[in-house]
Amino acid sequence: MINYNLHLIEDIYNAEKIPMRDGYGNGILEAAKRDGEVVALVADLTDSLKLEAFKKEYPGRFWEMGIQEQNMMGVAAGMAASGKVPFVNSFACFNPGRNWEQLRVAVCLSRNNVKVIGGHSGFGNGVDGTNQQSFEDLAITRVIPNLVVVAPVDSEQARKATIAIAEYIGPVYMRITKPARPVVTSRITPFEIGKAQVMREGKDITLAACGAMVYEALEAAENLKDRVDVEVINVHTIKPMDVQTLVRSVKKTGRIITAEEHSIIGGLGGAVAEVLGEHMPVPMLRMGMKDRFGESGDPGDLLEKYGLSSEEMEKNILKMLD
Amino acid sequence: MDFPALAEKANEIRETIIKILTNAGTGHPAGALGSADFWTLLYFGGLIKYDAKNPWWEERDRVVLSAGHYCPVLYTVLAEAGFFPKEELMTLRQINSRLQGHPVARCVPGIETSSGPLGQGISQAVGMALAGKMDNKKWKVICFMGDGEQDEGQVWEAYMSASKYKLNNLLIVIDRNNIQIDGHTEDVMPLEPLRDKLQSFGLNVLEIDGHNLEQIEEAFGMAKVNFNKPSVIVLKTIPGKGVDFMENEPSWHGKAPGIGEAVQALNELEEIQTLGGKVIND
Repeated sequence: MINYNLHLIEDIYNAEKIPMRDGYGNGILEAAKRDGEVVALVADLTDSLKLEAFKKEYPGRFWEMGIQEQNMMGVAAGMAASGKVPFVNSFACFNPGRNWEQLRVAVCLSRNNVKVIGGHSGFGNGVDGTNQQSFEDLAITRVIPNLVVVAPVDSEQARKATIAIAEYIGPVYMRITKPARPVVTSRITPFEIGKAQVMREGKDITLAACGAMVYEALEAAENLKDRVDVEVINVHTIKPMDVQTLVRSVKKTGRIITAEEHSIIGGLGGAVAEVLGEHMPVPMLRMGMKDRFGESGDPGDLLEKYGLSSEEMEKNILKMLD
Repeated sequence: MDFPALAEKANEIRETIIKILTNAGTGHPAGALGSADFWTLLYFGGLIKYDAKNPWWEERDRVVLSAGHYCPVLYTVLAEAGFFPKEELMTLRQINSRLQGHPVARCVPGIETSSGPLGQGISQAVGMALAGKMDNKKWKVICFMGDGEQDEGQVWEAYMSASKYKLNNLLIVIDRNNIQIDGHTEDVMPLEPLRDKLQSFGLNVLEIDGHNLEQIEEAFGMAKVNFNKPSVIVLKTIPGKGVDFMENEPSWHGKAPGIGEAVQALNELEEIQTLGGKVIND
């Protein structure tokens, strides 16, 4: 049953599709309006990260850094050390892929208040091919001390998360992506860093997902509703992980599937396995990229080909209940 | 300015460096000894604004140590200047000490950035200088780098951005001592013609004898005069300066002296004449 406390949109299964990056572009504008110290740095991808409006509205706070992801991260750290709230923007495969060590030392070790935005994550860069896609970013950020890791579910949540991470004092990585995907949260759906959301309550199995996989999970749950009572959790914060919500859920259901547009190693599935392994071990299945690279293609087709669809989830749910 | 007194002070700082590295049993003596004259003049010759009792004073000049392995000399001058008790220097590199082998930002009064991974400090210095410009601040940023550090690609990214944004509130100092861990810089990864490279990246370049206090002071003055470019002072120094068996010897880049070597080094330092020291490449 849908959790009405979250004020999701009414007609979930006919949700409007909007790119998550649009929500980010609007969110950073709002954050900049609220806090005069918010600045944006970008590595030659202004339009891709939806920063045109920010650039126009706040030209004195917009810094074009060229194709210099490593320098950009360090410059942001220096700005943060001087009181600014810098948002560092590029594709996730470069940011934090290319500038991980700068993130580790100049930002996280020094506790500099930098917000790292990984765009076009997962299959977001579909046709550009696998080296432009990103299935490792959650793993390589989650492991760094002092860093919060956020993966919003949709465009509206990306907007709210952007405002929330600007207000939070400390380093944050947020992964967003490009393709238009269903928006299930509404303007009044709450968002709190570190607080997972039980979007659909069920008693037979837990489906913990992040990003676009949450919608696939809701669809799978709906399609199986006459046979299985599926609980769907939107784990929008990968770190700190909401252990309490997960444990409470699997205590009830006794089994869990995780789903993410990311490697099954080290991301959401890895994080959930770690905490449940210690607190509440239950049978578990991880859905995601199975230790492999992607390829060129339409993002939607790629999700299907690599087993990240509601149909595949339904099969896995039935298999686990067998 | 009382240069002879400052030269004497630099020598005391060298002695302290030898003592704390010997006590730690590990660390990097060559660069610390070679740049001691510069650091002494920076903190005790009136070149920068700071308040040791209020280390994070908003109007302070930002001193960014990009080459983190030089920290024995920076820790020593900071302690001498009163940022923290001098006795603490003997805890360098030991467990439970805030004086880590490579510095961590703001864990020690006066340490602005975490450094060790080379090339990162200059980017942070660029970020500070940009923030200073955004807020119309009068403070300036001094970024100290090694010459081996120039191997890092990030350094040249940072120079491009410093030049693009005309950061005349940024002063870069490169310790040109010609050594790095694996040997002489021109063997490991040639840097020359360094001046031409720096100039072609849009920097105002000043090359001086890094042991000549008058030249250092003059270079700081000349760097200030340039209104639309970041400046870089290339300090030509002798690594291990003041200790004969360490001078120009790459093996002393990252090795602490033993007790016997330390005694010999301290004896030599008592006799050193810092002013007018010979400089390689000249």
